Amino acid sequence: MMNRRKFIQNSSAATTLFGLGGLGLSSFDNKKQKKITILHTNDVHSHIDPFGPNDGRNANKGGVARRATLVESIRQENPNTLLFDAGDIFQGTPYFNYYGGELEFKLMSMLKYDLATIGNHDFDNGIDGLYAQLPHADFEFVSANYDFSNTIMDTHVKPYKTFIRDGIKIGVFGLGIKLDGLVEKRMYKETAYNDPVGIAQDMSRILKTEQNCDLVICLSHIGYYYKKFPEKVSDLNLAKATKDIDLIIGGHTHTFLPKPTIEKNSAGKNVLVNQVGAYGLYLGQVDFFFEEGKNIKAEGTTIIV
Amino acid sequence: MSIKHVILLFFTVAFLSCVEDYHLTKIKGKRIEINNEINGDKSIEEFVKPFRENVNKNLDSVISFALQTYSKSDGEYNTAIGNLMADAVFEEANPLFNKQTGQNIDFVILNHGGIRSIIPKGNITTRTAYKVMPFENSTVVVSLKGTQINEMLKYLSMAKRAHPLSKQVHITLDKDFQVTSASINNQPIDADRTYYVATNDYLYNGGDRMSFFHPNDSLYVLDYKIRNVLIDYFKKRDTISPKIDNRFIQLNN
Repeated sequence: MMNRRKFIQNSSAATTLFGLGGLGLSSFDNKKQKKITILHTNDVHSHIDPFGPNDGRNANKGGVARRATLVESIRQENPNTLLFDAGDIFQGTPYFNYYGGELEFKLMSMLKYDLATIGNHDFDNGIDGLYAQLPHADFEFVSANYDFSNTIMDTHVKPYKTFIRDGIKIGVFGLGIKLDGLVEKRMYKETAYNDPVGIAQDMSRILKTEQNCDLVICLSHIGYYYKKFPEKVSDLNLAKATKDIDLIIGGHTHTFLPKPTIEKNSAGKNVLVNQVGAYGLYLGQVDFFFEEGKNIKAEGTTIIV
Repeated sequence: MSIKHVILLFFTVAFLSCVEDYHLTKIKGKRIEINNEINGDKSIEEFVKPFRENVNKNLDSVISFALQTYSKSDGEYNTAIGNLMADAVFEEANPLFNKQTGQNIDFVILNHGGIRSIIPKGNITTRTAYKVMPFENSTVVVSLKGTQINEMLKYLSMAKRAHPLSKQVHITLDKDFQVTSASINNQPIDADRTYYVATNDYLYNGGDRMSFFHPNDSLYVLDYKIRNVLIDYFKKRDTISPKIDNRFIQLNN
């Protein structure tokens, strides 16, 4: 708990610290490195066009066409890149009012999103409205704590999905916020909500020990943290209450984190929690570097944020 | 790039990895601002263009005409634009509420801050409604005891703002901001009666410190956005000419 973070003021020092962390640098140089890049957005809320020059603090920011350019350039640099969205794709501009989310899904497909989870606003045209747009999405949805079995979405949302990139297995599960009180019942119908913490514990165990994933990522729309309700389930609380999750990509609270937060999990290990605000103003990027080597004990992982 | 913080930690972990030879040694995280230094992807631009043009054409379609320019800053305790909005909610939402419950809305209260733009003189388009009400706030009806209506009066007398009220309400303040008379449908407020008050979900949930909506007897969610109320109201009228009247006034003697 105490002294859990050591800050060093420049990145070159990281290498030095790496040596202190466990293995000597001697075993570093010859090793092959693999890099998995995770890109993410959340709460884009139908913001397709960039903000105009007179839009206050968002002026000239955002825009899906620019996001496409950026994502593509990162993919050029590292083909082992995955692109995720943490929900609330819908609602916020007339594009949603006019097209019901068709355009949002089509554009995300053009940007080759790999996976998304479901936010509360994605029910804004009812669960039937969400279902109706699914043919426009070339990507899948994950949610482990929404039980859609008594709804039209049954079989269309999986609890998790795994990817293999450059031999590295990545498991991603989804979490959604409690809908009762936030979305009208007649919109979400028989969608059942289960406790995110218990589900996340199950999911991380399945992905880590049964699916043998090298990376476990939670795509969450439960919110970063609730200052006035510190006990309320949130990404930070989830990070502390679980283990074997490497990264929580969050949404819902429109939290503009300048850099990912590092939290300690229930086993005392580090979890990254990230969220990039809203409206497609930012793209989150987390790179995971894997090194070849037989000595897998007493290993040190450097986190640079 | 700005200064990087390096965090080191010591894992004593055997990675149960499907790739035995590789283990996680380093994580780098950041965010990238999407701004006008990035050129938009041409194929995406081309794809969006017809959708944008169609939306704009729809948004710019003329649905009514404003005889004057109406602004929320024109008026002390009631404004023409606020009166229009509150009366529009009554007229458009009451038939829906009546169909659901068999009851009628007694009056409407909105908030002054919720009027996000003027209605300029001339053509009113769908876009006008989006500008006046860019938020997704939706109409709700709350059944409130007369005692809570008295709390509302207290709030209004202290707020000293032209919070929109529908025409069924008459409130007079004296020069010391005390309520000297208050009526709903020309009847004095009865502490024991139940009133059906329409507002939006933001205010119901305590927005603008309107705490008088709680406690209440029940809440009716109409699933009718305020913006759509305005669009429907405009579409039914060739011209609009709302007026400042005496529904909420202060007498200076």
